[in-house]
Parts: sequence; C-alpha cells; structure tokens
Amino acid sequence: MGFFQKLKEKWTKQADAVTEKFKEGLSKTRNSLAGKVNDLIARYRKVDEEFFEELEEILIAADVGVTTVMELVDELKMEVKRRNIQDPAQMRDVIAEKLVDIYRAGADDKELSALNIQEGGLTVILFVGVNGVGKTTTIGKLAHKLKSEGKSVLLAAGDTFRAGAIEQLEAWGERVGVDVIKQAAGSDPAAVMYDAIQAAKARGVDVLLCDTAGRLQNKVNLMKELEKVKRVISREIPGAPHEVLLVLDATTGQNAMSQAKLFKEATDVTGIVLTKLDGTAKGGIVLAIRNEMAIPVKLVGLGEKMDDLQVFDPEQYVYGLFADLLES
Amino acid sequence: MAFEGLSERLQQVMNRIRGKGKVTEADVKEMMREVRLALLEADVNFKVVKDFIKRVSERAVGQEVMKSLTPGQQVIKIVKEELTALMGGEQSQIAVAKRPPTVVMMVGLQGAGKTTTTGKLANLLRKRHNRKPLLVAADVYRPAAIKQLETLGKQLNVPVFSLGEHANPVEIAKQALERAKEEHYDYVLIDTAGRLHIDEALMDELKEMKEAVKPDEIFLVVDAMTGQDAVNVAQSFHEQLGITGVILTKLDGDTRGGAALSIRAVTGAPIKFAGMGEKLDALEPFHPERMASRILGMGDVLTLIEKAQAAVDEEKAKELEQKMRTATFTLDDFLDQLGQVRKLGPLDELIKMLPGANKIKGLANIQVDEKQIARVEAIIRSMTKEEKMHPEIINGSRKRRIAKGSGTTVQEVNRLLKQFDDMKKMMKMMTNMPKGKKKGFRFPFM
Repeated sequence: MGFFQKLKEKWTKQADAVTEKFKEGLSKTRNSLAGKVNDLIARYRKVDEEFFEELEEILIAADVGVTTVMELVDELKMEVKRRNIQDPAQMRDVIAEKLVDIYRAGADDKELSALNIQEGGLTVILFVGVNGVGKTTTIGKLAHKLKSEGKSVLLAAGDTFRAGAIEQLEAWGERVGVDVIKQAAGSDPAAVMYDAIQAAKARGVDVLLCDTAGRLQNKVNLMKELEKVKRVISREIPGAPHEVLLVLDATTGQNAMSQAKLFKEATDVTGIVLTKLDGTAKGGIVLAIRNEMAIPVKLVGLGEKMDDLQVFDPEQYVYGLFADLLES
Repeated sequence: MAFEGLSERLQQVMNRIRGKGKVTEADVKEMMREVRLALLEADVNFKVVKDFIKRVSERAVGQEVMKSLTPGQQVIKIVKEELTALMGGEQSQIAVAKRPPTVVMMVGLQGAGKTTTTGKLANLLRKRHNRKPLLVAADVYRPAAIKQLETLGKQLNVPVFSLGEHANPVEIAKQALERAKEEHYDYVLIDTAGRLHIDEALMDELKEMKEAVKPDEIFLVVDAMTGQDAVNVAQSFHEQLGITGVILTKLDGDTRGGAALSIRAVTGAPIKFAGMGEKLDALEPFHPERMASRILGMGDVLTLIEKAQAAVDEEKAKELEQKMRTATFTLDDFLDQLGQVRKLGPLDELIKMLPGANKIKGLANIQVDEKQIARVEAIIRSMTKEEKMHPEIINGSRKRRIAKGSGTTVQEVNRLLKQFDDMKKMMKMMTNMPKGKKKGFRFPFM
C-alpha cells in the first residue's frame, strides 16, 4: 500500500471535525507548498539535478532550514538511485515519506504528541517563549480544551512585566470560566507561581497552567529568572512542571532553532506549541527542530477561535500540507 | 545582537578575500556560494538572495575590481554597498503632515509588537522631536489590548484615546482624529489589532480605516525573527494598504535578521525604525548604511556618538572636563557620570557598536551586569559629603559603615576606592597629554 493511501486511510478515520480544522487551518500553507511541489513535478520530465535544486528552494522557502534541507535532499537523491525512480510523479510519495520520517525519527506516536497529564494528581504546565508568540492566548485555549474534557483548571499570571498581560489572562479566565491567580504588575513571577501552586493544592485542581513573560532567549538575566520560576515549581511539587512547553510562532524563521536551544538549556523544554499556523507560513522549522533538537511538537494553533488549538499529529501535518496532491 | 550569526559568517568570507592582490572569477564564485548560504541561513528570502548574489557577482568580476589596486577591499566595498542598497540606502524620516495632526496607522500580524511599538514611537516623538502625540486604542479584539496601551500611556504620560472594546475600530479612529484636531495634537498614532494578511474581513476594516482617516504613514510592524514568509506578509499588506514604512521589532534578539534585508527589496517600503529592547526608549531610527557596516563587523561609531550627544549634558561635560584637568574630580562627579553613561542604553549594546569589538576575545559576548553599576552607585550614595570629596579619609570603620549602608561588602568598597584612585591618577596623566585624548579610560564595573 502506498504511503499516501495509508495516510488517507488514517485521515478518514479521524473525527471529521478535527480533520476539517486541520485542513482549514493549513489551507493557505497547503496551497503554496503543495501547489509548488505539484507544479515542480508537472514541469519536469525526469528527476535530475535541476529538479532537486528547485525542490531545495521550495523547502527553504518553507523555513525548513538550510541544514535540514540539504540532508533531506541528499537522502532523496539516494532513495531515487536505490529505487531507480525516473518519473517525477513518483517523487510525491518519497518526499512526503521522508518528511514524516524526519519528524518521527525513533519515537512512537504517544511520546510524540500526548501531553503528560498526571491522572488523579496535580499537573503543572509551564509556558515559555519569546515575546508575541501567543503564550497567553495558547493558555486560554488550552484551558478551554482541558475544561471541556472535564478537568478543573487554574491559571497563574506569571507575566508580571508586559503592560496588560495580567488583564489579558484574566479576560481569558473569564471567557473560559476558570480562576486566575495573580499579583500586582511588576511583582516577582516566582512568587506568583508559589501562590498559584498553594492555591492549586488547596483547591485540588487537576491542571495548573503557568504563564510567563515573553523574553528573548539571548537575555541572560531574563533566562535566569525563568530558571528560578521553574526551580520554585519543582521545589513545591517534586516532578513538576510536568510539561515545559515552548510556544513558537509558525512565521519564525531560523531563529526558532536558537529559541529551542536556549530555552531548552534554561528550562528543559519538553514540547513545542506551534501557533499561528493558519497564516501562509509553513512552520517548516518544526522539521528542523525535530531533526536537530529532538523536541516534539505537542499542540498547534490553527486560528483565532477558542477551540482552534489542536493536538499535533505529524502525519496529519504532512497530509495537511500535501492534501491537494493526493486529491488531484 | 541581531545579525551576529550572519555577520560572523560574512566576515569569515570577507577575511579570506581581503588581502588578495588578484581576484579571479573563481574566487568570486566561491565567495558568493558562501555568501548565499549565509544569507539563506539568516532567513533572507531566497529570491532576494538570488538577486543580490547576481548583482554582486556582476560588479565583482567587472572593471571596477580588476582595475583596483586592492581588489579584495574593492569586493568588500561592493558587498557593503549592495547590502546598504538592499536595506534601502538613505535613512528615511517619519512623515510630517502639512497641516497637523500627522496620522500614523500601525498594522501587522499578531504578536509583532504593535502596541509596544506604538508606545515607544509616542515616546520618541515627544522626547526627540518635541511633538505632542495622541495614542489611539483601536485593537478591540485581543483581550486587554486597550488596557495595555493605556498602561503604556500612563507610564509615558501620553494621553490615550479609547472608546472601549465594543466600538468599531474605524469609528474609534475617526473620533480620535477629531479630538486630535480640536486639541491640537501633532501626531495621532493608531494601534490596530494584529491580523493575518489573508484575513479578508479584517483587512477590509483596515482599508476602511485608511479611507476614513487618510493616514500620512502606514507602518507595518514586523518581527525581525520572521522567516521566509516575511516577504509574503509584507507584500500582501503593501498591496492592500500601500504601506509607507516598516518598523522592525525585537532586533535586540540574536536573530540573523533576514527579514530586514528582504522586506525593503520586495516592497520598496523603507525601514524607518527598529525596536532594540524592552524599555520604552528602545526604539531607534534605522540607518541602512550603519546597519550594513555593523553586519560586516565595521562597527557603528556614528550611532554611538549620536547617542552620547542625546544623553550627555553639554554643560556638565564641560564642567567635568575642567574638573579632570584640575584633578578636582570627586566621587560625586563620578556618580553623575555613571548616570549619564547609563542613559546611553545597555552597555553591552554600546560595546557592540565599536569597530572590531566582536574580534576582541571576551568583549564580544560580554554581559554587563546593570546591577553591578547599581551597586557602585549605592556604595557612593552611602558615603558622607566629606567622604565623597576626600575619599582618602575613609578608614576601616567608615568602610564598614558604607558597606553596611549599601548592602555590599568592605571588599567591594575597597575595590571601588582603588579603581577611583587609579582613575584619578590616569586623569592627571591625561591632563598632561595634548588636549582631549581620553584613551584607556576605564569604568570600575567593566
């Protein structure tokens, strides 16, 4: 059975609503990437050096990153030799297969996308990232998602720096119907976390979502502050935070690598939330991050609405990118 | 700093060609391959890279290099010129309407930093241009966006116009303009909600707003870390709204800044300002030439001098010079001077503007601890008037008192006194030197 057949089967088995969300959210992305690959395949009679060069450009334009693209193209070339592929049309399967391969490299599905939720105890999830990636919004959406799954949720307003950040989280709290633990603007974020944990314990909630101020990863002092926040959480609850999610903007380019690296050093990031994937950006950088850093994407933001946060499925992602290829 | 990665790679390539007495076509070709990779890795749009490489290659193997006595240098000059051209050549100013107020619309994707930048721009207009700005809160979608602008307005002491979050943004803009005319504001800065360039309904709203308030400037606010998609976003905003300028944000990160190099080339709209930090005065006019020079590791002394001019009080500087000459420089003067230096901005940013700073080991990655400076200030402030005038009277018990008062240790007090002493000695030496040379001047916190 061809790779795409398998994908398609998996796809159709998924709940329709989720599938539609993915397709809708990725439609812009899909149009350009799939369109370009399709166009490329249509224009070439045979798979040669030029074909690969153009493919290289298409992938670089998707922010996949030079190193990963070079590796990928090298592997594709070997594959072409091995299978003796002449017809560009056969390349569709091979390209998609390799993309998923890069992503999966040695990990099973569960590990890849499920959030580490403690059954019957308190789960603490810490959100980190640079400014403006959508941390607060993601927390709001995740709170909604968890709540609709029947979990009790509490939010910690750890962004005490940016003007209006606490109010923004409070607005989400109101909208979703969960409480927010906060202190005055400008107070120590670690102290807010301490308070929030005490409150979470006292109320016996299932999940505590901790917001932090956006910070550029090269600001050493701010990264130290983040380390302290994490330390306070671990001290109060051994084993916590159970997830440290790095929120990444899908429009970010190669700098995302630096973000992943430095945030991982400071807080031992366990997963990525890829936001704003409903634009024209392709978020190709997640492939590079997975390839070079081995951090899985756990959630994706596909729109502005409250329920536009989805669990990431690499196959769905690749399928989403190539759906047009398949259906045409 | 931004561009660092790009800068490093380009400099490696440049160093190889610098001293060459003869530059062959093969040399150029090899060099351009490296440059291409460096630019691609820096997120410069691949189409822009292609063009850039083509232009530089053509010029580099042409007459101007072959005839030159120092072909290596000539190639570097070409790269710098083309890099400058790529970013827009001349620096461009913010528009001034013939009849005030000048209306400025801030647009962009979510999370680019529009609200913060709007606040920073108001601050810059007031402080450096001596103008009276009005902030307009037209982001009615993102929770607490209005509150954010209001908080910024309060911090900056700039009025904010808002009709709450249930009003129509176009209506808000219209009424704000009326208000600005009545109350004689010079600038109206409209903060709009972040939106995707493909969101037709929201883009239409911006078009309507443009029609209603006829802005003199439409600034597209772009995150400097944006990848290849930056050009699509910019192009789309440009086609639909006709942007007049770009403001790059988060340029104080370690991004290689490809967006900065691509956007101008694709839209033709100049980059007018760049956000360089979290503080509200961290918005700088963008100088393409200086930026090119920074990318190629040639430093940016001009900006440094301008910063000093803006921050340092001329009178005080003269007074200080006099004191240095007569060696009556006291710890009080020193405290004063520290304050002035701090006004220039974060020290690590300043250091990076020095030519060749990135080549000096230990200086490139220096992280100046601003708290250390605060500690020095605390120590001096814990001294009595007499101690500040005549530090030589500070004995053991005085030192203990000072350390206690400033929350430091006797060792730290000692270190400061020693450094101050050294400094004075050096000043004495300098006054014997020909006028005005201040070489080897060291601050006690570096």
